[in-house]
Amino acid sequence: MPGGSREQGLARQRRDVPVVAFRDVTKVYDGGSVGLEKVSLEIGRGEFVFLVGPTGCGKSTCVRLLMKEIDADAGEILISGHELSTMPRKKVPKLRRNVGVVFQDFKLLPNRTVYDNVAYSLQVIGESRESIRRKVPDILRLVGLSTKLHNYPDQLSGGEQQRVSIARAFVNHPPLLIADEPTGNLDPETSIGIMQLIYRINRTGTTVVVATHDREMVDKMRRRVIELREGRLMRDQTGGMYSEEESTVEFAARLRKELGIGSDAHREHRDHASPLITP
Amino acid sequence: MRIGFFLREAFRALSRSAAPSLAAMLTILITALVLGVFIPVVQATTGTANEVRSRVVVDVYVKDGASDADKAALRARIEQLPNVGSLQYISKDQALAQMKKKNAQAFALLGSNPLPDSFRITPRDPGGVNAIADSLRTNPPAALDDVRNRRRDTDRILSATGLVKLVTAGLAALFLIASIALVANTIRLSIFARRREVEVMRLVGATNWFIRWPFVIEGMLVGLMGGTLAVLLLLIGKETFVDPLAHRFALLAAPSTISFTLLAVLLLVACVAVSAIGSGVTLRRFLRV
Ligand SMILES: Nc1ncnc2c1ncn2[C@@H]1O[C@H](COP(=O)(O)OP(=O)(O)OP(=O)(O)O)[C@@H](O)[C@H]1O
Ligand SMILES: [Mg+2]
Repeated sequence: MPGGSREQGLARQRRDVPVVAFRDVTKVYDGGSVGLEKVSLEIGRGEFVFLVGPTGCGKSTCVRLLMKEIDADAGEILISGHELSTMPRKKVPKLRRNVGVVFQDFKLLPNRTVYDNVAYSLQVIGESRESIRRKVPDILRLVGLSTKLHNYPDQLSGGEQQRVSIARAFVNHPPLLIADEPTGNLDPETSIGIMQLIYRINRTGTTVVVATHDREMVDKMRRRVIELREGRLMRDQTGGMYSEEESTVEFAARLRKELGIGSDAHREHRDHASPLITP
Repeated sequence: MRIGFFLREAFRALSRSAAPSLAAMLTILITALVLGVFIPVVQATTGTANEVRSRVVVDVYVKDGASDADKAALRARIEQLPNVGSLQYISKDQALAQMKKKNAQAFALLGSNPLPDSFRITPRDPGGVNAIADSLRTNPPAALDDVRNRRRDTDRILSATGLVKLVTAGLAALFLIASIALVANTIRLSIFARRREVEVMRLVGATNWFIRWPFVIEGMLVGLMGGTLAVLLLLIGKETFVDPLAHRFALLAAPSTISFTLLAVLLLVACVAVSAIGSGVTLRRFLRV
């Protein structure tokens, strides 16, 4: 990934226009339960941010707010400077094309193949047949699924299904990628593979927000961590030894070592003949 | 490319949720059949009623022993009235002869002729019957004895025709509402069956109408199929039952019924419109970005 560090450099320069900005955001659900309470935060271009906290702390609420699936009751949410609460309904599709989202349950269409799942997401936003034919194989190669184009989701492992859903979220290279518990259903080794893929996407200059309650994984990854508790912002800090120059291979190797699962480290390689592992 | 995509999606949905689509299609089929049968029937009935109405007459009875001058004045007065189609003078003797034809025995018992001379007016517009009678009654000419316009008969015929139209319209409206409701329900089930696709479409930023079109097309296909089937059934019915009978019964060949081609086109358009409305209703309620 030769361009990675230059992209990161650019990202640092542009951090004065945050990709995501929350200003005193409050969300109270109809039943009265508090989703978020007066949360303020900024995420700059190219950042890799973890959103953590115990269950019910408001992580998914943040994700839903960022997609404008729900609206905040008070405060402002800005994406690349665009205020979401005043955004007309008509512009919501465009917003969502610029925010890739990945979920714990993948949300794949069971009656379509890997290729068709990704192609479908392009068809429904009106992409031409040629551009679909060009983009889909590319993105599936990036996530390491070139050999499984014609498999149906139920013929894939959990990790592979999550790769398809990441491919779908990233096929148009949105500037912001959000993952809500992307490894929630996966075993630790598979999780590392997924985190490695997300890290690689981040290194192309994409801003990444990952919501998770896997505290161990978060601590080991040494990225910026935003912690929520009962809807309030508890902690916003960057972990020690933070290195933006770390390659994806170094990154994965370090994670494996620190999580103590080095013994079957080759599994992901074998499963995905991973072309994503470039130094 | 997009049209192809929409059509493919719609057919995919149809084949997957066959049962509710079939129910909606059958209702539309029945609606179209009802309309297809009733429109010509109403037209025929109205035609017949109009004929009966055209037979509505006003009888003006002349006073016994009125002078010829008075009779002439009465005739002149009648001829001046607007809306007089034709005027016929029926003398006492002619009237008796007609009555004897209808009921010979009753009139055979009568020694003398009790019937007066009369004028029979056939109005140009049957609805104006009462006006003719009223205008003669106010300031009656010397020779005028009585005016009978058979008001009750006329009213009864008029209200009967109106009722037939009203009942048919009501029936058609009920069936239309049922059709719209069933199409709406079909589309709701279809949205439910395809909620994953809808979720993904929203997620990746498909526009409202991109999400809706396949459902609208699905609804219209249901309508089109129901309508086509109805037209085919009507055609078969027409060829096998109505046409052979039409040679024998004058009523069935009633002069002013709609041509079959026009009827078929109207029904198809109505079916597609109804199902489009049905899908639209559901989409407005259940599908928002
Ligand atoms: N649709 C909803 N209606 C009412 N309350 C809701 C709704 N969604 C979430 N909540 C409430 O809002 C709070 C925050 O929920 P949220 O889903 O954001 O938590 P989370 O951090 O994602 O939790 P988890 O780690 O379990 O996914 C919880 O108390 C939850 O009960
Ligand atoms: Mg959650």
